[in-house]
Amino acid sequence: MIATLSNFLFHTMLGHVVLVALETLAVLVPLLLGVAYLTLAERKVMAAMQLRKGPNVNGPFGVLQAFADAIKMLTKETVIPSGANRFLFLFAPFLTFSLAMVAWAVIPTGNGIAVADINVGVLYLLAISSLGVYGILIAGWASNSKYAFLGGLRSAAQMVSYEVSIGLIIVSVLLAVGSLNLNDIVLAQRHVWFCLPMFPMFILFFISALAETNRAPFDLPEGESELVAGFFVEYSALAFGLFFLGEYANMFLMSGMTSILFLGGWLPPVGIAPFTWIPGPIWLIVKILFCLFCFIWVRATFPRYRYDQLMRLGWKVFLPLSLAWMIGTAGFLMATGLLPHQGVS
Amino acid sequence: MHDVIASYFPVLVFGVIAVGIAGAMLGGSLLAGHQKPYAEKTSAYECGFEAFDDARRRFDVRFYLVAILFIIFDLEVAFLFPWAVSLSHVGLFGFLSMLGFLGMLTVGFIYEWCKGALDWD
Repeated sequence: MIATLSNFLFHTMLGHVVLVALETLAVLVPLLLGVAYLTLAERKVMAAMQLRKGPNVNGPFGVLQAFADAIKMLTKETVIPSGANRFLFLFAPFLTFSLAMVAWAVIPTGNGIAVADINVGVLYLLAISSLGVYGILIAGWASNSKYAFLGGLRSAAQMVSYEVSIGLIIVSVLLAVGSLNLNDIVLAQRHVWFCLPMFPMFILFFISALAETNRAPFDLPEGESELVAGFFVEYSALAFGLFFLGEYANMFLMSGMTSILFLGGWLPPVGIAPFTWIPGPIWLIVKILFCLFCFIWVRATFPRYRYDQLMRLGWKVFLPLSLAWMIGTAGFLMATGLLPHQGVS
Repeated sequence: MHDVIASYFPVLVFGVIAVGIAGAMLGGSLLAGHQKPYAEKTSAYECGFEAFDDARRRFDVRFYLVAILFIIFDLEVAFLFPWAVSLSHVGLFGFLSMLGFLGMLTVGFIYEWCKGALDWD
């Protein structure tokens, strides 16, 4: 029986598809649960920081709040504005949410363990996270509402501005790794995590990640006091829910990227006994949760930026800094002969 | 199937499942919710006012400018990716060539800066 099953899974085409589908669900189900509970965790953590209790009615300590929210959103009416483009209006949240999930296909959770261990993993992540801007632009345009339109424009401009510095920071890391494979990037950090030698870039990457996911203090596209809710002002029910979940899934994704590029991915902090007993995926999850906590911490601490400050920071501070660091890294590695000799064959 | 192509197959399966989940959630909400639209409810939200005119109007040219700048710099990053991975193979000549390319872009960037293309008042 087991022999037949393993023969089916590992040696037939259909079995391969089933196996990959199971692997996919093994990533997506924890991710979706994590996203649902991140919304609760955010409210709880912020409540604690502001000396409030946060949600505490549904279940013990409010643990069922996430499900209550989901059921409520599911049963609400999906209002489609009369002036809106119906297809694009519904397509935008669908796109945002799908992209936030699809990116997880390449994230390695252990040595060589990823649903798709492709050779250009970083490029794939960058490409998918760049596509995220389309969901927001489409939503802003399709709603045919002034708030949504302005919010969409602002958000698009903000995301593309910070994407440039994210790209340059990733190039700095790639110089030190010599491969586009995410697993190689993690393995290159066996001796020292990149957050130490590239500490300024680590901070820059984290701040850019905040801007890229439209999080506080860069949540101008939502700007309640001026744009009501920005690009998703016209959305309701799960169409709104998909944007909401997509934003949180993107936070998970950016935390995952931060962990893999700078915090050693699934590697333990030091490669000695008590730390190596804990399996890789646990370390990755711990690091992702740490980054997510920082996302929430920042939201509870800093006031919102003004739009001109935001653009100035992106173009006049982050871009020159990351470019200079990238050239400096390349020059340093060239001069000291420390360039890695892997990747190209 | 070629190995490199084969390694992308899980991405396809992953994509199909992810799209399926998103579609199921959106479709489920459309089916489960009680739909009862009427003219006031479906008019665009403008803080209680009647919508003045179409929202798709002219917008600030600076958004367009940012988009153009983004294309230039994102292309630059796209060029840098293969260069970064193969720097040990292209050697000093490759390094200096890229330095020249980046130098030209930096001149353009300084010009934009001085022209005020990066200013939002």
